[in-house]
Amino acid sequence: MNQPLLQVENLVKNFELRANSGIRKTKRIVQAVSDVSFSVDKGQTLGIVGESGSGKTTVGRCILQLLDITSGTISFEGKTLGGLSFEEMRQIRRKMQIVFQDPFASLDPKMTVGSSIAEPLVVQGVAGNHEEKVASLLELVGLAADHAKRFPHEFSGGQRQRVGIARALALDPALIVLDEPVSALDVSIQAGVVNLFGDLQKRLGMSYVFIAHDLSVVRHIADRVAVMYLGKIVEIGDKKSIYEHPTHPYTKALLSAVPIPNPTTERSRSRIMLEGDVPSPVNPPSGCRFRTRCWKATELCASSEPQLVVRPTGQLSACHFPE
Amino acid sequence: MSELVLSIRDLRVTFDTPLGPLEAVRGVDLDVHAGEMMGVVGESGSGKSVTFLAAMGLLPHQAKVSGSVMLNGQEMLGASNKVLRNMRGGLMSMIFQDPLSALNPVHRVGDQIVEMLKAHQQKMSDKDAAKRAVELLDIVGIPQASERAHQYPHEFSGGMRQRVVIAIAIANNPKVLIADEPTTALDVTVQAQILEVIERVQKSFGTAVVLITHDLGVIARVADRVNVMYAGCNVEKGGVESLFDHPSHPYTRGLLASLPHEGVERLTPITGFPPNMLMPPPGCGFAPRCSHVTDACLASLPSLRTFSDLETACIRAEELVVKAGLS
Repeated sequence: MNQPLLQVENLVKNFELRANSGIRKTKRIVQAVSDVSFSVDKGQTLGIVGESGSGKTTVGRCILQLLDITSGTISFEGKTLGGLSFEEMRQIRRKMQIVFQDPFASLDPKMTVGSSIAEPLVVQGVAGNHEEKVASLLELVGLAADHAKRFPHEFSGGQRQRVGIARALALDPALIVLDEPVSALDVSIQAGVVNLFGDLQKRLGMSYVFIAHDLSVVRHIADRVAVMYLGKIVEIGDKKSIYEHPTHPYTKALLSAVPIPNPTTERSRSRIMLEGDVPSPVNPPSGCRFRTRCWKATELCASSEPQLVVRPTGQLSACHFPE
Repeated sequence: MSELVLSIRDLRVTFDTPLGPLEAVRGVDLDVHAGEMMGVVGESGSGKSVTFLAAMGLLPHQAKVSGSVMLNGQEMLGASNKVLRNMRGGLMSMIFQDPLSALNPVHRVGDQIVEMLKAHQQKMSDKDAAKRAVELLDIVGIPQASERAHQYPHEFSGGMRQRVVIAIAIANNPKVLIADEPTTALDVTVQAQILEVIERVQKSFGTAVVLITHDLGVIARVADRVNVMYAGCNVEKGGVESLFDHPSHPYTRGLLASLPHEGVERLTPITGFPPNMLMPPPGCGFAPRCSHVTDACLASLPSLRTFSDLETACIRAEELVVKAGLS
């Protein structure tokens, strides 16, 4: 059997909150990611969708070891990350890169974009002509080679995001974590960047973990989709099964909440209106975490936590009463 | 058609910047009728927010505003502070993207609604105002409204805060409610709830709503009529169904085509990027990104004209429809 490029097993990430309330010091724990497992094959795109507080960004940062994980294992190309020496980790980091949401904050305003793109090459001590490499990277992402001498403020949002992508590509990574890479862009610009991701994957064959709250963009770009709610994956599977036959009530509600840009279909379809907001991850509900907003919840949902189970349409979902 | 409540004519807004004058709004015409839901859509920098900030008289003094803003038959541009104070929150109110910064963190939400009520209805007693505040919280769907009225904004979630902001905005039964990206900061499931509240207010109180957004999906869901803005101008206007079904302006068409659709392998972006309004392009603002541009497009800034059941600012609309029909 083929080994997946990235394998995440039982990932848990807790953040400690220290709050001084009066005299007593209280320690509270935010369970940002609780027991998440998935894998990404070579050349594949896994979309992670969820609302704010679902833990999708934390998962991305844990993969890159930008955060210390609380428990679980993350393996990349068969090697378990964590517990590796500094040098070993440095070698692996070459193959894993990230593109952030905000193209304004993720570039150093005092560095030319050329030196920003070349920085990973310098850090990793890559030999060769960096200028040529930067020029070819800029062309790869649809910018001109002479843009290397300019500063970030001279670019529009979409162009800056392309610079961020060029920087992520500098070390020929096998995996790129894309953390809301198009959410800050206007729709007419967004389409170009989404196309670029597709083109680059076809040409260079890397894998993506595409984290987004925009379900229509994920539908366009992903092969497989994981839906997260309050630190857990509630449903994961092929894009087709998730979007066409969602089995978890949350997935159904999420899909029905996204407005479709077509007045006729949008107004005629039935909609599931969820009550309330996402509960606090400091004190998540017992049993199924979605039960407080679920219209199907019974006592069983409060007492026992549903496990991910394979459904007839192929995906896994964690619900006692699947659709 | 029902009564005209807000009528904006040839609105122009120019900001003086160290780099020279910046024309944010360049001659916008816009009508809002009683009880309708009007969508205003455009990308960042298209002038959609500035248009309505100008109408509310909320722009700083440095902004040069000209044209006409008639609200309920009264001219608002250049009106006295007293008139404007009565208008804001009385005849017309506005809600914004970020509900946390719209609320005062050190006052109970109930008191903030009372403040709005008493600013316009001086004779109202404290007791009546407090009662009305709870009623309003109930209208916008806040559970246990009488207890929640005594809480502070930080005790509310993002969606609940936006409901409080809506309660404040509709406290004095305004004729027009301007909602500037009211759901952009919220999650989709909460967005659906807030849109439902806004629609409920519009339908049950007959309040006209101007919904400013960049999200065409939101427009498709709730708007009756749509105004598309680009580079400080209206480029297209019309009923929501006609506009989505047969858009006449290349920008609107490009915007719709750039959205991911089911079964589309490759998206179609609009090439280039929005113009720098310090140096607006000659003629049509969209010309530098338009694939159908001719010399005539660069000659002068086109204004809106009727074209089938829409209004369009594209001088080549007829030819382009024929072209699209043939291809």
